[in-house]
Amino acid sequence: MRDVAVVGFAQRQEAEIADESEVELMVPLMDQVKKSVGLSQQDIGFTCSGSSDFLAGQAFSFVMTIDGTGPVPPISESHVEMDGAWALYEAWVKLQIGDIDTAFVYSYGRSSRGSLRDVLATQMDPYYVAPLWPDAFAIEALRARLLLDSGKVDERHLAEIASRSREHAAANPNAVRCSPKSVDDILAEPFSVDPLRPSDLPASADGGAVMILAAGDRARDLCDRPVWIRGIDHRIDAHSLGVRDLTRVESAEIAAHHAGVADDKIDFAELHAPFTTSEFLLTEALGLESDTIVNPSGGALAAHTMMASGLIRIGEAATRIQAGDGDRAAAHASSGPCLQQNLVCVLEGD
Amino acid sequence: MSDEVLEAPLVLEYPFTRTTGPVVGAFLTGLREGVVLGVKRSDGSVMCPPLEYDPADSAALSEMVEIGQAGEIVTWSWNGAPRPQQPFDRPFAWAMVRLDGADTTILHGVLVDDPSEIHTGMRVEIVWRDERVGHISDIAGFAPESAPAGSERTPVSGDGVEVVSAAEPVQSVRTPIRIEYSYTPGRGLSAYLRAMKDKRILGDKCPVSGQVFVPPRGVSPIAGMPTSEMVELADTGYVESFNITRVPIHGRDDLHPPYCSAWIVLDGASVGFMGLVTGIEADDVTIGLRVKALWKPDDELEMSATNILSWVPTGEPDVVIDNYELVGRVDETTPGKTSTDEEAES
Repeated sequence: MRDVAVVGFAQRQEAEIADESEVELMVPLMDQVKKSVGLSQQDIGFTCSGSSDFLAGQAFSFVMTIDGTGPVPPISESHVEMDGAWALYEAWVKLQIGDIDTAFVYSYGRSSRGSLRDVLATQMDPYYVAPLWPDAFAIEALRARLLLDSGKVDERHLAEIASRSREHAAANPNAVRCSPKSVDDILAEPFSVDPLRPSDLPASADGGAVMILAAGDRARDLCDRPVWIRGIDHRIDAHSLGVRDLTRVESAEIAAHHAGVADDKIDFAELHAPFTTSEFLLTEALGLESDTIVNPSGGALAAHTMMASGLIRIGEAATRIQAGDGDRAAAHASSGPCLQQNLVCVLEGD
Repeated sequence: MSDEVLEAPLVLEYPFTRTTGPVVGAFLTGLREGVVLGVKRSDGSVMCPPLEYDPADSAALSEMVEIGQAGEIVTWSWNGAPRPQQPFDRPFAWAMVRLDGADTTILHGVLVDDPSEIHTGMRVEIVWRDERVGHISDIAGFAPESAPAGSERTPVSGDGVEVVSAAEPVQSVRTPIRIEYSYTPGRGLSAYLRAMKDKRILGDKCPVSGQVFVPPRGVSPIAGMPTSEMVELADTGYVESFNITRVPIHGRDDLHPPYCSAWIVLDGASVGFMGLVTGIEADDVTIGLRVKALWKPDDELEMSATNILSWVPTGEPDVVIDNYELVGRVDETTPGKTSTDEEAES
């Protein structure tokens, strides 16, 4: 295995970005990250992005955003219709092959242009489920009641997760929901989608993120404190909700095991948990100890940029390690209904 | 210039027709006939709705069994604000229901008036739609097992597998997708569209090379940098390449074949853009033809690229293109295609 590190990262998340196109949103971030490590596009070995046409409302929407990279002369490039964390995975694999030393990863989404709840209904089974148009909040609420009925978690615990997210998010300039709220005040909120309350749901955001990866000595050349990806794995559960055990996230358990989360102390974890229920389940699935700080950024509850939230979790964790806030972190990304697909990586400073 | 964001409705519809295969097809055929089928898994348990494979061991599955039309709510959530395409047009519960005889759950709506009328473990039964076509929505939803009289219900036949085998099989299902967006074009294109209303054409200038891109998109693809300067371009240029369409296009009755679509390089621009060439027989269009924009009448101008109806010959001598390697490509050396432009002016 080659050592691969995060050497540069930038993000932007706002409740709504209406006046900029996707490429106008991304090109300043791309420019900023390349300048931070002194690379031009032509110095970079491979570029991979993540976005969704259903979110943009346009077929092959990603091809317009590529202009932001400066692909002249033509660059080595790929795209995933996934969160940017899976673009990072493809870049990591490409770096493992060994013919390149640097990779450029980005992803973005503007949910404010359409109805995210309708868009997410289109990812469901097209024969049995999607024609009924169940929205993503209702689906997660089904899981929430299973958890509450089973006694694995109670409403107070979920409210504590929501309250802590708001508290952490206060220091995050990219957070959309960052006003403090006590556990009792959250429990007093009327249900949004019974049994979930507004604070249990993600704060939807528009935005994007850009990251540069580098291998071995090249990473040390580019950056004073590269943040090494020590382990990475992603797994997927069955698609049909009816055949899954929704009271656990088996794919995250396996991914965490293969990424080596339990091999040493985890100082903090950034979990791509759009709902309080997701954070509860993922904390358990990754086997995090009680002294691990969970979602110091506030997580996806505080700002959920569809298609970028997972990559942003990895970027947030890397930024904190780079700043010396910890030595070893777990970062997680998810995709699909009820955390169907999960990617876990372990990040360490030198 | 106004800072107000331009916004326009955008509706995407995908009228997919999907083939069903033997297992999903049998289930949907069953719904049409008023029976519910599941499929036996490798471990002998019954999956409903059925899949062609066992998610646990990927074995191919084909043994259909009839199951009950009532069952138990495993979990539910409350939908207080139904949307148009959902099972009911008034507030209802989503639920995962384990039908009698099945070991997995089916997702659907349960019609009760209030969340206080539903609970985990509650018995519910299928409410069938009167007219059934072999689609998941043949099940209108679920109702409490002691549903009021008058609900359409077909009793469990006990010979459902035979009924389905004898029936005309459902082989495809229509799953139309409709999503509404509010499209915003971004800063570069917004400025472009606003200028169009005044019969002006704006381009973007690359901060590094000085090249001019039209339509402007707020980015220089050459430099990979944001653009900050916009320039106004003439509404004249030349045909860099063209094609002639000789067959009609669905939905464009205004286009009469044969017509000419051209790649037009505006004077001062570094790239071409698409336009129709009119005012000349399509067969007489040549590469290098000098053209000028034909605008809509002033009182019909909108913030739209459709303000330019077409491009018509100016009568000037053709531009002589001396380097065909540059045709259709960005000229990387000089701002604008100056060598050819100069020839045109001489």
